[in-house]
Amino acid sequence: MKLKSLMLGAAASFALAPAAFAERGSDGDVKIIYWQAPSILNPFLSGGTKDVESASMIIEPLARYNEKGELVPWLVNEVPTVSNGGVSEDLTKITWNITPGIKWSDGSDFTSEDVKFTYEYCTDPEGGCAQLTKFEGVTSVETPDAHTVIVTFDKPTPNPYGPFVGGESPILQKAQFASCMGAAASTCTEQNFNPIGTGPFVVTEFKPNDVITMKANDNYRDASKPAFATVTFKGGGSAAASGTAVMETGEFDYAWNLQLAPDVIAKMEAGGKGKPVAGFGPLLERIMLNNTNPSADLGPDERSVVGPHPFLSDPAVYKAMSMAIDRNLLVEIGYGQAGRVSCSWVPAPAAFAVDIEGCDVQDIEGAKAMLDAAGIVDTDGDGIREKDGVKLSILYQTSTNAVRQDFQALIKEWWSEIGIETELRNIDASVFFGGDAGSPDTFQKFYADVEMYANTFNGTDPQAYLGNGLCDKAPKPSSQWQGENISRFCSEEFDAIHAELSQTADMAKRAELAQKLSLMAYEEGAMIPLVHRGRLSAHSNTLGGVQLNVWDSELWNVADWYRIK
Amino acid sequence: MLTYAIRRLILSIPTLLFISFVIFMLLQLAPGDPMAQVPLTVPPEVKQKMREALGVGQPPLVQYWKWLVQVFWIEPQVLIDYLFGTDFSEGKQRVISWQTRSPVMDIVIQRIPQTLSVVGVAYVVAILIAIPIGIYSAYRQYSVFDQAGTFVTMIGFSVPPFFTGPLLIVIFSVQLGWFPSIYDTTHVVTDWASFKLQLQQMIMPVMVLALQITAQLSRYMRASMLDNLGQDYVRTARAKGLSESIVVLQHVLRNSMIPVVTVIALGIPSIFGGAIITENVFKVNGIGQLLLTWLFANDLPGVMTLTFIFAVLIVLFNLIADILYGLLDPRIRYD
Amino acid sequence: MTDTIAPIEALQDKEPQKPPRSRSKDVWDQFRKHKGAMFGLFFLVLITLAVLVGPFLWDADPQKIDIRNKNMRPIYTAIWDSTAKVGWHKPLGSDQLGRDQLAQLLSGGRASMAVGWAAMILSLFIGTAIGVAAGFYKKLDGLLMRTTDLFLALPVLPLLLLAVTLFRQPLRANFGPEGGMFILIVTIIAITSWMPTARIVRGDILAIKEREFVLAAHSIGTVPGKVIRRHLLPNVLSPILVSAALGLATAIITESALSFLGVGFPSDFPTWGKMLADAVVRMEEYPERVLLPGIAISLTVLSVNYLGDGLRDALDPRIRGR
Repeated sequence: MKLKSLMLGAAASFALAPAAFAERGSDGDVKIIYWQAPSILNPFLSGGTKDVESASMIIEPLARYNEKGELVPWLVNEVPTVSNGGVSEDLTKITWNITPGIKWSDGSDFTSEDVKFTYEYCTDPEGGCAQLTKFEGVTSVETPDAHTVIVTFDKPTPNPYGPFVGGESPILQKAQFASCMGAAASTCTEQNFNPIGTGPFVVTEFKPNDVITMKANDNYRDASKPAFATVTFKGGGSAAASGTAVMETGEFDYAWNLQLAPDVIAKMEAGGKGKPVAGFGPLLERIMLNNTNPSADLGPDERSVVGPHPFLSDPAVYKAMSMAIDRNLLVEIGYGQAGRVSCSWVPAPAAFAVDIEGCDVQDIEGAKAMLDAAGIVDTDGDGIREKDGVKLSILYQTSTNAVRQDFQALIKEWWSEIGIETELRNIDASVFFGGDAGSPDTFQKFYADVEMYANTFNGTDPQAYLGNGLCDKAPKPSSQWQGENISRFCSEEFDAIHAELSQTADMAKRAELAQKLSLMAYEEGAMIPLVHRGRLSAHSNTLGGVQLNVWDSELWNVADWYRIK
Repeated sequence: MLTYAIRRLILSIPTLLFISFVIFMLLQLAPGDPMAQVPLTVPPEVKQKMREALGVGQPPLVQYWKWLVQVFWIEPQVLIDYLFGTDFSEGKQRVISWQTRSPVMDIVIQRIPQTLSVVGVAYVVAILIAIPIGIYSAYRQYSVFDQAGTFVTMIGFSVPPFFTGPLLIVIFSVQLGWFPSIYDTTHVVTDWASFKLQLQQMIMPVMVLALQITAQLSRYMRASMLDNLGQDYVRTARAKGLSESIVVLQHVLRNSMIPVVTVIALGIPSIFGGAIITENVFKVNGIGQLLLTWLFANDLPGVMTLTFIFAVLIVLFNLIADILYGLLDPRIRYD
Repeated sequence: MTDTIAPIEALQDKEPQKPPRSRSKDVWDQFRKHKGAMFGLFFLVLITLAVLVGPFLWDADPQKIDIRNKNMRPIYTAIWDSTAKVGWHKPLGSDQLGRDQLAQLLSGGRASMAVGWAAMILSLFIGTAIGVAAGFYKKLDGLLMRTTDLFLALPVLPLLLLAVTLFRQPLRANFGPEGGMFILIVTIIAITSWMPTARIVRGDILAIKEREFVLAAHSIGTVPGKVIRRHLLPNVLSPILVSAALGLATAIITESALSFLGVGFPSDFPTWGKMLADAVVRMEEYPERVLLPGIAISLTVLSVNYLGDGLRDALDPRIRGR
């Protein structure tokens, strides 16, 4: 019931979107709250979502993704494709045509030189640019004239929309940042806190880790936008407190990323001052299965480095573990309208998602039967099964987060029903997700049998993300425990299919290969997918024009926001 | 006493150097990574490059030396430049936060007003309430006032601010709508109306903090007064006909102040340290919230500098407390 | 009539026959007269018995998830709200995963009381020992107080994370997952909370050791150890007892904060502090989930506080017998 009414509420808010457009600055102040406070307004130096999104109100990319995940032109006339001649036939060149007349907020002209400078700024070897992957494979950026940018790649690139596309890759002004190249990047406090941009707003004051005040950009390309004259962008607190401020007290207009249990959200919505909106990107909550042996008896060079795992390598074990999980209940308890049952490693975009049968039903009896059939039974009568004399006793770790701890408790219960013993551990997120090679508790080190977290990718192309299953990406001591193949999954067939994917340009074929890889990860014991997670934010009833976008910055269309009167 | 104070002041320099070294090594050894908050979509190689750009991989002693030079040599120059308009610090590397890429001291100074206006006010309010409560509770031991005071203060102390804070928000912001639940750090007091607004946004965090501090202070005050009220000198003073107010407020109070002075001296540095939980609950975003953010972001220069300022204050106020002991009780000798 | 000389009233022994009384009996008699202290003792015994024996009487598993009976209200809610979801099988209701609140409260109390007492006593012991040594022996003062400054200045969070990195594995291996965690938690709370006690005790000792009775004790050749035990410690007892009550509250609350960092007990192992912290987001709909553990903590702390008051009065010879 509640779920349904929430969905209707979300749908209604989309329907309300088109409304009267007033003149610039006529709607006063809009107040936005992010429970993680922005630290810097230069996304190239931070990479944190809070910083990228707050900066997206000020600086903009050439093209970006809309709420449906489609590319839309932003500072250019059209998105270059092979069919309109913008992308060369051999997929190594892309040509952007900048819309003439765009001005920086200081009144100077926006030119192709600025775009080229942004490339040079980020790729400077001493700069430590967080968005370096956006420029992977780029050999040169040329500017034949003030409105043309040609990006050349070192090899055919089926998805050439990395550089200058999306909130992570906005354009910086050359005049402002010219002295901030390389090692000087971090000394440019003034520039990093007050970037000159083409976006709808300009910074009036930035207090790092606290609050940003902005005002409408006088030189914004659309004379009637933005509707708001000023923005107060507050940071800090907790998700619960920011939800309260929007939906219960009405002090703020927009609250970002409310990771709260559905009953808590429903209670806040009952406050009547605002409503939640949800959208789905490719974020997947999953349990990673350790394919190596994490036993504490092994030395540091072998623990979680050499396989196989004493019992998790047996398909009967991990399949039974997956069957014992009631994913519908997990969604209901943990995410509500911001969650869906999915067993696909890449759950979105829809073309890449794979539908796995039996994913949405819990089958405790089937799981027991499967273990029994594999000869994994309880021989000593303590209620815990053994495989070859090794007890099925699992250490299950994750980061500290109310919903994850509820999930841990539920899954522990289900696994105990099929005769698997579980010990729970939760670790502070700043340690768990930190790459400190000295800590035993990082998710890369994986000194546990299974661990739960969520991961996603930017944009709409999963090729690089699926590369997280390649053999050579496994974290190990020689690489300072760096590497994205957390489960240490290794299959020659997987590597071969991924290599094929990286050379395929045809969309249908790409989707088919990606689905195959997703399926392999599930079938061959890299992970147990749990929930396809959405993004849930909230806006006040008087704020119009919000279109939640999970493919780009949430504040992508802030220029179109207005006050409902 | 003067020679003692001077000796202690001189001695505090090596003490602080040692403390800073221990803190630095602790931060180095503790697990943590400044890249922990960068999304998983950024690959490890890029994170490694970002770390190198921050200078994370340098040997700890080199980093420590750099930090020492920046704090003790360059930052004072910046201060002189700011005060006298000179340019000694031109082009020199200040202590830069890893998270915000800006000078740590600038952010700290930005945070001081809200921390002082909330935590500082709470402390003053608490002292003003706690000392009379403590004195009167002890003077009228087991009276209704004493019992009620004990009850309220002990309950106040045993419920944590992460509960009282949200509780106040539910009552006064959500239900009654009297006070804002989010502190506006950009608010400037210019006239009566804006002053009223400032009071409204201060009142809840100040209440939560003052409750905790009052509870603690008034208990020590009461216990110490009780110890002294039974002493022989009190009987003597009464016997020679001194009025009760002189006996209690001059003789007994002065002798009972030692533990209270200790507790206050321990508390004043924590005003500057901010109140981590309370600041976070009410979004006051003072120094406590800054420290918490930097701790979670593993911003080593930021945490190091903040903790060091904190250490300086601790050493300083404990020295002041030691001198006050001597003034309160001339029998205490240090030489 | 034989004339017996009546003794002068004032010189008459009023109670000549009573045998001499021992000090401990005196103390106990005085203690019994203190109403607050007796209440404190009563509740403390009650709570201790409840958490020790309770789990055997109410043998529901506190970690057992019962999703069909989630979000139940305590049975007394039915008095004013007949539509509330209540049931005798969950007398104090259940949480969002259907775990029994009464069972959680009882077994959570066990952990909280154990951690609270152990950490408080350890911290008092360290604090008092350092405070007395620094106050009494002038040579140690500088070193010990600068150490105190150091500990006051250390940032707690990195310290905790470092302690976990270094000690969790060995402690777990030697004392099992729960025992090892218990030792780690208690030690961590104690070593981060002894400093105020040490400073307060030292301040008082500095003043008291200059009093005449201490000089007298020295002059008759009392050894320093005995001066500390017989003359100094009894006179700094009251701030120590205040620290005890405050320290217990701090320890119980701090334990819950530790589990957020992954330093505490596993997430499904209930303690009062953790129950309180977890329930804060739902305090409007389910106020009992914050109130019950909150009351349990407050009651324990209040009991210890009154107990301390009574003990202080009873041990003070100037008050005793008056």
